[in-house]
Amino acid sequence: MKFPYSETVLDHFKNPRNVGKMENPDGKAVEGSPACGDMVAVYLKVDDNTREIKDIKFESYGCASNIATGSIVTELAKGKTLEDAKAITWKQAANALGGLPPVKAHCSVLAIEGLRAAILNYEETHGLVTEKVPTTEKTIQDRLRHVMNPATGLDLVRTHKIKKIGFQDGNAVVTIALPVDHLFAAAIRSEVEEKLLPLWMNCSKNTTVSSPRPGPARNFWKKRH
Amino acid sequence: MDNPAGRSIYLDNASSTRLDEAVFEAMTPYFFETYAVATSEFGYSMGIEAKEALEAARSRIASHLGASGEELIFTSGATESSNLALKGVAAAVGKKGNHIIVSAIEDFPVLASARALEKDGFRVTMLRVDPEGFVDPEDLQKAVSSETILVSIQHANPEIGTLQDIAPLARICKENGVLFHTDATHTFRRVPLNMAKTPVDLATLSAHTLHGPKGIGALFVRKNTPLKKMMDGGFQEFDLRAGLENIPGAVGFATAADLVTDQETEALQRMRDRLMDRMLTEIPHTTLNGHRFRRLPQNANITFHFVEGESITLHLDLRGFSVSTGSACFSKSLEASHVILGIGGDHERAHGSIRFSFGRYNTPEDADAVVENVAEIVDRLRAISPLRNSREA
Repeated sequence: MKFPYSETVLDHFKNPRNVGKMENPDGKAVEGSPACGDMVAVYLKVDDNTREIKDIKFESYGCASNIATGSIVTELAKGKTLEDAKAITWKQAANALGGLPPVKAHCSVLAIEGLRAAILNYEETHGLVTEKVPTTEKTIQDRLRHVMNPATGLDLVRTHKIKKIGFQDGNAVVTIALPVDHLFAAAIRSEVEEKLLPLWMNCSKNTTVSSPRPGPARNFWKKRH
Repeated sequence: MDNPAGRSIYLDNASSTRLDEAVFEAMTPYFFETYAVATSEFGYSMGIEAKEALEAARSRIASHLGASGEELIFTSGATESSNLALKGVAAAVGKKGNHIIVSAIEDFPVLASARALEKDGFRVTMLRVDPEGFVDPEDLQKAVSSETILVSIQHANPEIGTLQDIAPLARICKENGVLFHTDATHTFRRVPLNMAKTPVDLATLSAHTLHGPKGIGALFVRKNTPLKKMMDGGFQEFDLRAGLENIPGAVGFATAADLVTDQETEALQRMRDRLMDRMLTEIPHTTLNGHRFRRLPQNANITFHFVEGESITLHLDLRGFSVSTGSACFSKSLEASHVILGIGGDHERAHGSIRFSFGRYNTPEDADAVVENVAEIVDRLRAISPLRNSREA
């Protein structure tokens, strides 16, 4: 028999470690979307004093390399401090798995992104992000790279759906080239909110999102200080 | 849980099939005894014998379509046949008009040929299909114009199995003086198609989906159909396709076509029905892709929601089963199935779709074994899927 993956990948695929949902996690994140074909959820329990990952679990909707990477990443991260866990790279995970087909990089990198996002979520929700960094076009664009358009399965930035990112009176305005009545407009909007709003979690309590205007092909997201 | 006797269970017969020993035996003499090039009637004996074998094979295959031998040209397979049909007609009658119509769920040779012609200045209309994969004859009627020269609509979809009712489509074309091509690769000898009754002008056929050899196919070309030769060289195949004739292949193709019986097709359909009925009732959150009854008798295609197809196929592979999926992760292109998207499915439906296709060497036990294994695999994958947990929470 000849399989497309290494023995270690197949082992983690068949018997994924640290798999399942976690009740009341200290940090969590979901990366990817059903549309892009891969989705990873990562849940963390963190020691509030030592900032060590006490427990970690993952869930995967994805192909074999996605499942295997999720599994190995939880093994690599468990017991590490948040700082050390953040430094885990896709290359390290791929090496620990005995190699991954290059074409599968995008399926497997999601687990690393999931881990980092879960750590960030812990930091943002536990007041660890005290530094007030001004939001720039780049910060917004980076986050929008993680929003998929279900119609194509590709992200908004790569598919040139972001018409404009601008700032007006302390509001961030994102214009997306999709009609308001587009099949996936609502889904895309809620994903954009989910990715952008944690940016301003410590700013004030009245972060709001405006409804899109009816009519022309644009949606608006606003944030008020 | 495993498959019976641990043997390999092949359920990807739509991709290709195991050669039948009888086909191999029929081909053998044309490798070792009658290996000469097919010569004219004034050539030497071995060449004349080769020529006779070629023409006999041609007539036998054509007879299964209610056609005559002169209406069949051998090619290297379905891809070449469909390329020749589309590009050959476009080159022959492109001056009369520049409009071509295909359905959105055609197989790649037709779709890619249409796109290539589009680049050369032809206008291509892709007809939408309904959620079960059917072309509405009214849509075709509306799309046909005085500029239309060719319509290509498959007899059956190889992925979701939908059997197109091509007779009304072919008639619309005939009434409007437009040529009609159909890709019959997956229906030939499994679903009746009689060229004496249905006004099809060109049809793509292939041997390897019928337990025949790979590397040989045919294009039915109705008499007087304008077609320009694409492969230049000698005068073979009624001067429509140059190149040394593949005589063992042609003999193998004819033998494979002769070996298919209605009883066998009915047996495949019973296995398929058993698989389809059991999966759809015993496994929750499943969707049948294509029509329940108007489909290829040997094909089932089911989406298992909340899970990704490559994970299912790999688990099955580890247990000895071969199947295929419409998931992007499985394909070389990393693109989700254009067929599932074409019938209005979303990416999740394409990613979780699995095709099971039966052939001569399957047994009813294979159907039961794959049902039980898939049920267990899908259950395991759903247990770790965030998609299910978020949808069902």
